[in-house]
Amino acid sequence: MHILEFEKPIAELEGKIEELRHLADGGDVNIADEVGRLQAKVDKLMRATYGKLTPWQKTQVARHPDRPHALDYIGALFEDFTPLAGDRCFGEDKAIIGGLGRFRGHSVMVLGQEKGRDTESRLKHNFGMAKPEGYRKARRLMEMADHFQVPVITLVDTAGAYPGVDAEERGQAEAIARSIETCLDVRVPLVSVVIGEGGSGGAIALAAANSILMLEHSIYSVISPEGCASILWRSGENAQDAAEALKLTAQDLLKLGIIDEVVPEPLGGAHRNPDLTMRTLATAIDGALTAMGGVEGGVLRARRREKFLDMGRAGLG
Amino acid sequence: MNWLTNYVRPKIQALVRPREVPDNLWHKCPGCGHMIFHRDLEKALNVCQHCGHHMRLGVKKRLEMLFDDGRYTRIELPKSSDDPLKFKDQKRYTDRLKDTRAKTGEHDAIVVAHGRMGGLGVVVAAFNFEFQGGSMGVAVGEGIVAAAELAVLQDAPLLIIPASGGARMQEGILSLMQMARTTVAVDKVKEKRLPYVVLLTDPTTGGVSASFAMLGDIQVAEPGAVIGFAGARVIENTIREKLPEGFQKAEYLLEKGMVDMVVPRKDLRTTLIRIFGLLRNKAPAGDLLLLPVDGAASPEDAVRM
Repeated sequence: MHILEFEKPIAELEGKIEELRHLADGGDVNIADEVGRLQAKVDKLMRATYGKLTPWQKTQVARHPDRPHALDYIGALFEDFTPLAGDRCFGEDKAIIGGLGRFRGHSVMVLGQEKGRDTESRLKHNFGMAKPEGYRKARRLMEMADHFQVPVITLVDTAGAYPGVDAEERGQAEAIARSIETCLDVRVPLVSVVIGEGGSGGAIALAAANSILMLEHSIYSVISPEGCASILWRSGENAQDAAEALKLTAQDLLKLGIIDEVVPEPLGGAHRNPDLTMRTLATAIDGALTAMGGVEGGVLRARRREKFLDMGRAGLG
Repeated sequence: MNWLTNYVRPKIQALVRPREVPDNLWHKCPGCGHMIFHRDLEKALNVCQHCGHHMRLGVKKRLEMLFDDGRYTRIELPKSSDDPLKFKDQKRYTDRLKDTRAKTGEHDAIVVAHGRMGGLGVVVAAFNFEFQGGSMGVAVGEGIVAAAELAVLQDAPLLIIPASGGARMQEGILSLMQMARTTVAVDKVKEKRLPYVVLLTDPTTGGVSASFAMLGDIQVAEPGAVIGFAGARVIENTIREKLPEGFQKAEYLLEKGMVDMVVPRKDLRTTLIRIFGLLRNKAPAGDLLLLPVDGAASPEDAVRM
């Protein structure tokens, strides 16, 4: 497992435990005691560290290479998942996975930003950075969901929309704008979950939702801390300061009234216990959908629009 | 000090003092390098008479240029929270705001006005690039919402003129949320079948381009305006190659099918008036003979609708 800088003390202890376990194969009782003692220490240290992660540390957890990605959640949360490809204009963008599936027995439309896990899959998914065709596919599928009256669930995890010549040529800005517009237009429940990194316009394109959830250690921001630091501090080295200033953690965003719910992660982050993360998230999504159950589509649309129309108007902060 | 110096001298001074001299009487055209006399430049609406290069035009000049007889009414915008995140980089955001407000005499980066264009009532929301690069935070969002609501109220077309680098970083997530907020706002105008036209000026990028600014019924751009999502430098750093000639310029977008037309500044007013007239299916006044409509007090009222 990839170890983050601030996790090193924990990793050292875990390494010791591992060594002792090898020795304990001989059946030495004293060693077993020592393992137990060290394990308690690890748990304590883990709780202390993860209980008060700084925004910059959370940024690293949110981008952790072992963190579950959209495809992991799609595989675990939805039955009969049927991927649907293409924007019918230009191409198929695998940075955004979309398709129909069943969530707890009911049909849903799922859209997820997938970063990929190894070099090959990262390239395939373009590191989770969608091009216009990705956002146009998202739009097409949201409209389909609207047509068939099935809820939409989006999983947000992107550093941002792809900054490239081809993306610009094909209207990246327009594609994002239309995707936001469609999010705000559909007459079905729309639930968004930030599972890792909610990077700017590329994220809100799929997240102008009725209900916005964030995993405990995920982040959501108008710009990456590095990008912000290089502009406002004129040095990427101030990324930590920028992370603090941007208020990009799930906890801060809940306080600001931007999101609706923080979904707890297992101790040490989602990647340390993906199964538990999946179960917790399923319950949270179920809760969000249930709360909208029976509400007429037009009302859901109106509520969503009013919510965003008020963003910044109501006394915040 | 006596009554003379106190009361008379300033007045005499005002009479004899030379008029304020602009810092720079000559401007160098960034397009062709020609030196242009400031009064000529002003007369040509900041367009170089040698090469046609369009320089940025201040928001007040812009509004004057568009409305009939240069007359319009500004509306006061509702006050919003100044510093929702208590943001501080090397400087406090509240201090930055204070400085910019003092420098520009404006409250934020947007001006909303209404008036007549070709006799037709129009609501205009124009960005002020001088104010923190025209960046969009809560106050700008508030301006767009107010403009859209006013357009609906007045049954008038909405014209938005972005000149913005994108979201205002110091308002963090709340700036990002303005993308969705302004999208809802302009949709309210569209729902009423009122024309929503965007005049893209230099620059229109980032979160502004990726929301309301690309959603106009008709997209008009000024020559040479930089329009795009990602900044050129970011793209260059990502792909590590040179960008194509004219990349992200208005003409390039026209070629790629991303805007309806590129219109020189001198023709903007007449073009926009024609567009509004066509979209509202309104022939020049006097040529219409309408039957009285239910609820309308007189045929004249019906025509005005």
